[in-house]
Amino acid sequence: MSGVRLLVGTRKGAFVLSSDGRRSSWDVSGPHFAGWEIYHLKGAPSEPNRIYASQSSSWFGQVILRSDDGGKSWDAVGNEFRYEGDPGTHQWYDGTPHPWEFARVWHLEPSLADPDTVYAGVEDAALFRSSDGGKSWQELPGLRACSGAAWQPGAGGMCLHTILLDPRNPARLHVAISSAGAFRSDDAGKTWRPVNRGLVSEQIPDPRAEVGHCVHRIALHPSRPDVLFMQKHWDVMRSDDGGESWREVSGNLPSDFGFPIDVHAHEPETIYVVPIKSDAEHFPPEGKLRVYRSRSGGNEWEALTNGLPQRDCYVNVLRDAMAVDRLDPCGVYFGTTGGQVYGSADGGDHWTPIVRDLPAVLSVEVQTLP
Amino acid sequence: MIRVVLPAPLRTLAKLPGEVRLDLDGKATQRALIDALEALHPTLRGTIRDHATRERRAYVRFFACGRDVSHDGLDAPLPDAVAEGREPFVVLGALAGG
Repeated sequence: MSGVRLLVGTRKGAFVLSSDGRRSSWDVSGPHFAGWEIYHLKGAPSEPNRIYASQSSSWFGQVILRSDDGGKSWDAVGNEFRYEGDPGTHQWYDGTPHPWEFARVWHLEPSLADPDTVYAGVEDAALFRSSDGGKSWQELPGLRACSGAAWQPGAGGMCLHTILLDPRNPARLHVAISSAGAFRSDDAGKTWRPVNRGLVSEQIPDPRAEVGHCVHRIALHPSRPDVLFMQKHWDVMRSDDGGESWREVSGNLPSDFGFPIDVHAHEPETIYVVPIKSDAEHFPPEGKLRVYRSRSGGNEWEALTNGLPQRDCYVNVLRDAMAVDRLDPCGVYFGTTGGQVYGSADGGDHWTPIVRDLPAVLSVEVQTLP
Repeated sequence: MIRVVLPAPLRTLAKLPGEVRLDLDGKATQRALIDALEALHPTLRGTIRDHATRERRAYVRFFACGRDVSHDGLDAPLPDAVAEGREPFVVLGALAGG
């Protein structure tokens, strides 16, 4: 029988949650790498037992781990992320030039076809690629070259947190960077350009600037990779032309601030967000934890509350902490800064806490296993 | 023979059960010790010294003979008791929460 494996990164280690296809009973393994911040773990689509993990700490820096047996054992691989050439400067908070400094890996995105090829999105924002299973990393410097000198960090750091690979066109990649925006390459990462037309951000001097928008997350459905959904700092946005233009689809959401956004595995127009009250108040409106689902690709949203706390709930759901499985019905999962991981085996109609008391959850990924 | 005591997170990372013992060719300095340690256990690269600056990471401390030698400099000679293996060279995470 098929099953699912959740890869959960937290402030103090990684956890692997496993279930069969019913998704009603879960085995919890961990903490792995106890005490370390695990920003992200992700399995290779072409070889599910190959999993990469980003492990870091203020004391000991960045470590990249690799498992070849589905998370049972791990080995450290390469952890040197050296910017290509003279990295130059970006804008600092006060507008002065600031040298590019590597801080950590926020997101790992294995290639769709080759388990030894994996992309890493890092802070200070840049994109790296490994073609040898994580042993060595090379920057794709064309991204920073396109406008990096003008980027400025947001409160959470200047991080590259989203990497989308186009299943129909291996040469096309999208990335998103906090306080900089969305960027696209059509030549496998060699050259890049901003794709932020239609984004409006009142928090920056020119609300319609080419770069400077605080994009929190972008998602796509593999059957329609030109349709992109974005959760921005404020506003939920949609593009039907690969990012060339965006339009707002926040509709009737109680707040259009939030972090994650994801797409149903079998319904490309069904999308999920978790509204958060505001940029200053990182918790759900009214103390009610609600996932909102749109079955029309945005604008019309319904609250999903069954099984979620509807009073006194003041957790956050971070940008990489939501994922969907490929089973039918589609499973939806998200983790909170309060340490809960909630799952729904019916597309969001009913929710159950899989675990309640983990450290703050930074990321949730799902592997659907044969 | 020099004895090096690593903090638990780095022992786990490098899959080391206890203290590390290593020999240095030439002058016994912090830099030579870290060079030898990283050569022996490559997974420790970047965790004690920053990859880019080659300097001790800010929240890593070196203790030896009951003294914080973190600011002695990477080229300072190790205390005789450390160089002769009578006392360990201790690498630890700075006292900090989080």
